[in-house]
Amino acid sequence: MTTGPDLARGVDRFTIQTRDLNLWYGDFQALKEVTVRIKPRMITSLIGPSGCGKTTLLRCFNRINERYENVTTTGEIRIFGRNIYDTGVSLSELRKSVGMVFQRPNPLPISIYDNVLFGVRLHMPRMTFSRGQKQELVETALRDVQLWDDVKDQLRRKATLLTLEQQQKLCLARLLPLKPRIILMDEPCSALDAEGIEHIEELVDQLRAKYTIIMVTHNMGQARRISQECIFMFLGRIVEHGPTLEVFLTPRHKDTEMYVTGRYG
Amino acid sequence: MSADPVNTRDRPTLRRLAAVPAGCRGLTEPLIEWLIRICGWSAILFVAAIFFFVLREAAPMLFGKLDLVEFFTSTDWQPTSEVRQRYGILALLVGTLHVSLLAMAIAVPLGLGAAVYISEFSRGRTRETLKITIELLAAIPSIVWGFIAYMVLGPLIIRVTGAPVGVNLFNGSVVLALMSVPIIVSVGEDALKAVPDAYREAALAMGASRWEVIVRVLFPAAKNGLLAAVLLGIGRAIGETMAVLMATGHAVLIPRSLFDPVRTLTATIASELGEAVKGGDHYRVLFVIGLVLFAVTFVVNFVADVVVKGVGSERRA
Repeated sequence: MTTGPDLARGVDRFTIQTRDLNLWYGDFQALKEVTVRIKPRMITSLIGPSGCGKTTLLRCFNRINERYENVTTTGEIRIFGRNIYDTGVSLSELRKSVGMVFQRPNPLPISIYDNVLFGVRLHMPRMTFSRGQKQELVETALRDVQLWDDVKDQLRRKATLLTLEQQQKLCLARLLPLKPRIILMDEPCSALDAEGIEHIEELVDQLRAKYTIIMVTHNMGQARRISQECIFMFLGRIVEHGPTLEVFLTPRHKDTEMYVTGRYG
Repeated sequence: MSADPVNTRDRPTLRRLAAVPAGCRGLTEPLIEWLIRICGWSAILFVAAIFFFVLREAAPMLFGKLDLVEFFTSTDWQPTSEVRQRYGILALLVGTLHVSLLAMAIAVPLGLGAAVYISEFSRGRTRETLKITIELLAAIPSIVWGFIAYMVLGPLIIRVTGAPVGVNLFNGSVVLALMSVPIIVSVGEDALKAVPDAYREAALAMGASRWEVIVRVLFPAAKNGLLAAVLLGIGRAIGETMAVLMATGHAVLIPRSLFDPVRTLTATIASELGEAVKGGDHYRVLFVIGLVLFAVTFVVNFVADVVVKGVGSERRA
């Protein structure tokens, strides 16, 4: 993605902008005329009842939705000013700059070390980094997610043997060497216990200085705690988008109010 | 017996709960358990029994008259000579080895490729059709394969390559490969399908292409299953008798080219056991060959086991 010039011109105050985005799974329309603008270097949370399309929307931003059959999309998504549905866009490059963390931690069944370097190995020619540099990349990434002290003596261990919290941190760590601009998170804490949630939230909060983070969550407390902006979706549409506290305290729509006050969801 | 007060207190309740089917449950449970246990142990029992049977028949020659050095190093196989019988199986061993290796060289890429295609690329109808067809392929009796080798592939080889005989090393390998492919495909596909989708998604989301997902994620993740697929294929290739008997030309010689006829260990036993005098030297030597086959498959399986367990344990387990 060519990103620098667009930002420099000041054209794009927004990292992601969608316009009239519609998406169908077969006959079922999961997203309806979604037009949204997401700001850089903050956490935007996506909330809404199950099936409202929030995960679908998230999965549009790196086009990972397309791995399923029968997905039709219309409209446009501009990331740093460039429509990601343009024919010239390389999926590989897009996904390099838009990282994703999944609901269920999914480290690859290889060593911790290899997990962190997986992306780098995909995107850089073989001999780009020396052994020492790779070691450094791994250490930096793992330090950034506060995992280094836990695993520094067992980098060769299989990553799937870590605890879920550690696995999720690793899933975050392996994105970092690629220097993504955006990190998508699909309920990153739902598989974790209370302590794990706290640690991941702390971590995400620290990362927001450097990355644009969009997080789908079912946990309204979490949305409130860590996000600066909040999007409420319902039945495939964006109902409300604004600063998190406003959405929670002075919602403009009845549906939002009912949802955030827990009257349905 | 009266050690656990909790248990004694509970017992009447339990008995009452189980009251209705007590008679049947009380007996059937242990009975079924025993039946299952016997099923499990029977595998070991059968292998041991087969081994001892083959060993018993082979023993008088193996530990007596047979010159083992000559047995393994001579290509002179003259078991029915009036003057002096000679039992050298080198040519047969080499024949088996060549046919199996060549068959695997064809079958492994083909089989794994098909497994990858079915598991990762094909969808819906195509996938189902392919799977059913391949299962059908596995169900073709080996004699039919032999027939095809003899009547179809042989003449074709003569026509295309100008080889003097159509039944030869190449023919046998192709037929064995085709016979092993269905096993490799179905076991391989299972192995690939068992890889959690989350791994594919993780790699895709980092920008991997489908091909990179296969090579960097699926192959390492499914390596044990894929290895098992290949080994089952090898097992089939080494053990197959009828088709190779008809397809390889059955000439005792070390092949100099792809289109030389060869003979395998299995085909030798199959074709000669009927004529050998029971209890005679020839008869017993055929059983020694059986032991050799037994040993080969045992080693293959053992090595496979070590590889499968070993690769993971040291660095990554």
